[in-house]
Amino acid sequence: MDYTTEATTFKSPPVTAPERPNYLNAGYTLRSWLLTLDHKRIAILYLISVSIFFALGSLFAMMVRLELLTPSGDLLQPDTYNRMFTMHGIIMVFFFLIPAIPAVLGNFLLPIMIGAKDLAFPKLNLASWYVYNLGGAFTLWALIHGGVDTGWTFYTPFSTTYSNTHVIAVALGVFINGFSTIFTGLNFIVTVHRMRAPGMTWFRLPLFIWSMYATSLIIVLGTPVIAITLLLVAAERLLHLGIFDPKLGGDPVLFQHLFWFYSHPAVYIMILPAMGVISELVAAFSRKRIFGYRIVAFASIAIAVLGFLVWGHHMFVSGQSIYAATVFSVLSMLVAIPSAVKVFNWTATLYEGSVSYETPMLYALGFIGLFTIGGLTGVMVATLGFDVHVHDTYFIVAHFHYVMVGGTIMAYLGGLHYWWPKMTGRLYNSFLSRISAMLVFVGFNLTFFPQFILGYLGMPRRYWAYPPEFQVLNVLSSAGASVLGLGFILPLCYFGYSLFKGRRSIDNPWGAVGLEWDTTSPPPTFNFDVIPVVTHGPYEYNPEQVHRVTHPEEAAVV
Amino acid sequence: MSSVAADPHAVHAHAQHHPSLAHQFDNLDQQRESSTLGMWIFLVTEIMFFGGLFTAYVIYRSQFSAAFQAASHHLNVIMGGANTAVLILSSLTMAMAIWAAQVNRRKLIVVFLILTMLLGATFLGVKYFEYKEKFTHHLVPGPNFEFDGPDPQHAQIFFSLYFIMTGLHALHMIIGIGVLTWLAVLSWKGRFNSEYHNPLECAGLYWHFVDIVWIFLFPLLYLLGAHAH
Repeated sequence: MDYTTEATTFKSPPVTAPERPNYLNAGYTLRSWLLTLDHKRIAILYLISVSIFFALGSLFAMMVRLELLTPSGDLLQPDTYNRMFTMHGIIMVFFFLIPAIPAVLGNFLLPIMIGAKDLAFPKLNLASWYVYNLGGAFTLWALIHGGVDTGWTFYTPFSTTYSNTHVIAVALGVFINGFSTIFTGLNFIVTVHRMRAPGMTWFRLPLFIWSMYATSLIIVLGTPVIAITLLLVAAERLLHLGIFDPKLGGDPVLFQHLFWFYSHPAVYIMILPAMGVISELVAAFSRKRIFGYRIVAFASIAIAVLGFLVWGHHMFVSGQSIYAATVFSVLSMLVAIPSAVKVFNWTATLYEGSVSYETPMLYALGFIGLFTIGGLTGVMVATLGFDVHVHDTYFIVAHFHYVMVGGTIMAYLGGLHYWWPKMTGRLYNSFLSRISAMLVFVGFNLTFFPQFILGYLGMPRRYWAYPPEFQVLNVLSSAGASVLGLGFILPLCYFGYSLFKGRRSIDNPWGAVGLEWDTTSPPPTFNFDVIPVVTHGPYEYNPEQVHRVTHPEEAAVV
Repeated sequence: MSSVAADPHAVHAHAQHHPSLAHQFDNLDQQRESSTLGMWIFLVTEIMFFGGLFTAYVIYRSQFSAAFQAASHHLNVIMGGANTAVLILSSLTMAMAIWAAQVNRRKLIVVFLILTMLLGATFLGVKYFEYKEKFTHHLVPGPNFEFDGPDPQHAQIFFSLYFIMTGLHALHMIIGIGVLTWLAVLSWKGRFNSEYHNPLECAGLYWHFVDIVWIFLFPLLYLLGAHAH
């Protein structure tokens, strides 16, 4: 394991020929970044913004976990606590989980993976980053002026009539942010349709592209609905238009229908890109063609389609018709089929593969386990009778964190570790990165598994205080959150170090296949010196000839 | 995974003949197909956006149909009908602007674009007088709402929907007029001709879409109670 100490044994990079032109050394001015049309630079801009919001959302989570250390509400005022979990949810869902993988990894990789020079609409892509930050600015303004306390779901009539917090500013922030998501999704769809390299047929697309495409479909069809819904909430507060106002005969349940029509598919906006990343990682570190490529590709589309038919399972106790609830219950269980197809196919890919446990693979394997738990508990809560029991308890909180954190964040970090040498041209400390992967996995389970038990025992979500018998499990959960936090801080350190002092990577440090590994690391501004012609599928690994250059000694440029 | 292909610089050099070709595209055909597809996808998002409103409309109309019919009578069918005609005419002039580009008539493009904008402005002007009438008759939802028919509360929901649906439609018209202004300047400068006029086509798709929204809004809001009398 001596290579793990590369940071200390290696003093300065060797003097070599002048650096090849790449997207990073194409310009060093602030202007060259802020006005760039290069999808790779925009991905880096997104990486910075998204990380800032992630840190902010984590701070709120920390406050929530600190408050819940003790049964009595002693650290925060109840109103403050309401704002804490609301801001945690809003920032994490709309400003981190939804844009994270598409806008950072997708932006960087999608054109390269299909052999294009850039996305179809580079200006729109840059605009999406500015719009994202504008939406973020609205939200931050509200935050500084006292935040919002409606929960991330903005349920009416509390949000429209009774809340005394900055609902309008946050709703507009999320509304504006929606445009940035739509711009990205629209750009991806057109790019996949029109910009593929010669020979890059649909069934030669990497599965990451398939999942980005499915995600984009959901974005384009779903996001406008939350946009109009939040606009109606803002209009009702500001202009007294009464669409959801029960005093006028308006129906708050209509709000819930419109809200979840987007917000349930939004879960698939978060998890589908993660599944795409995992398909890439599992194939690369098993040195095997992915098992059942077409089925995995179609499963992404199936999840996107089914995802639009299940929103009513959020409203089993909201007074919707019992017949509707039954149908939604059955449809929700159907989503488990394509999801399970993916899990089985990843597992089958591992079988008799030449598996290596590099950091990205640790995240990928962690993902498969955690997503399976998140998915199976999803089937449980889709069951009508059981859901009535656990509705609005910590069981639900644990379930969706297993999907969103155990799924999306694990995959995001795994992808970031996998493509980091491609994005920066540098290597990171592989020992520390494995430690961080372990910390995230252990910390995550310690945080959220006790919450399943808490919820099953009946502890409601969003409460500020709780009976003393729940304390042990809550302390475990808070302790896990600290471990998880450490697991998130560690990458910040070694990635930061790698960015400036890390050793230079060769073009393909993992010996992986795929167009992105054919070009240089970091890639040139137009991605390829010569536009590739694709002659075969995406996972042409040959286990017989294992060409594995994973140790930094071998992967570093000498 | 790949083998060597055509030299991109050669492709680039060839393509650079046309000043309107963006760097990421190989040729004008690819550029045209991409932007048209992008515009259609954008219109899909618009359909979903208005779709949320139409859903709310359908649900409340079926629940409160009597109140909706009564409230509908307070809208000015003459003005709404005239506006429908104005918008259909503006779609014609928009299509004529694209035709003018296809036959390389630079000045005619500008003339038809200005006509389209004028018709759009006429629509908004009529809308202004309609809104003003609602304000004077206290038909604007809120504390000052007064309605002498049955079910004034449910009528208030009708007028909430009326204002938000026609208001968002009018906002789309204003954005459309802004886009057409910009395109008229570019047309005057001679940017568009039979070979390259894709921005005009995309703006046309948008303009026709906004018209079609109105074609749905007009009967749903104005003609709702007509058959009852």
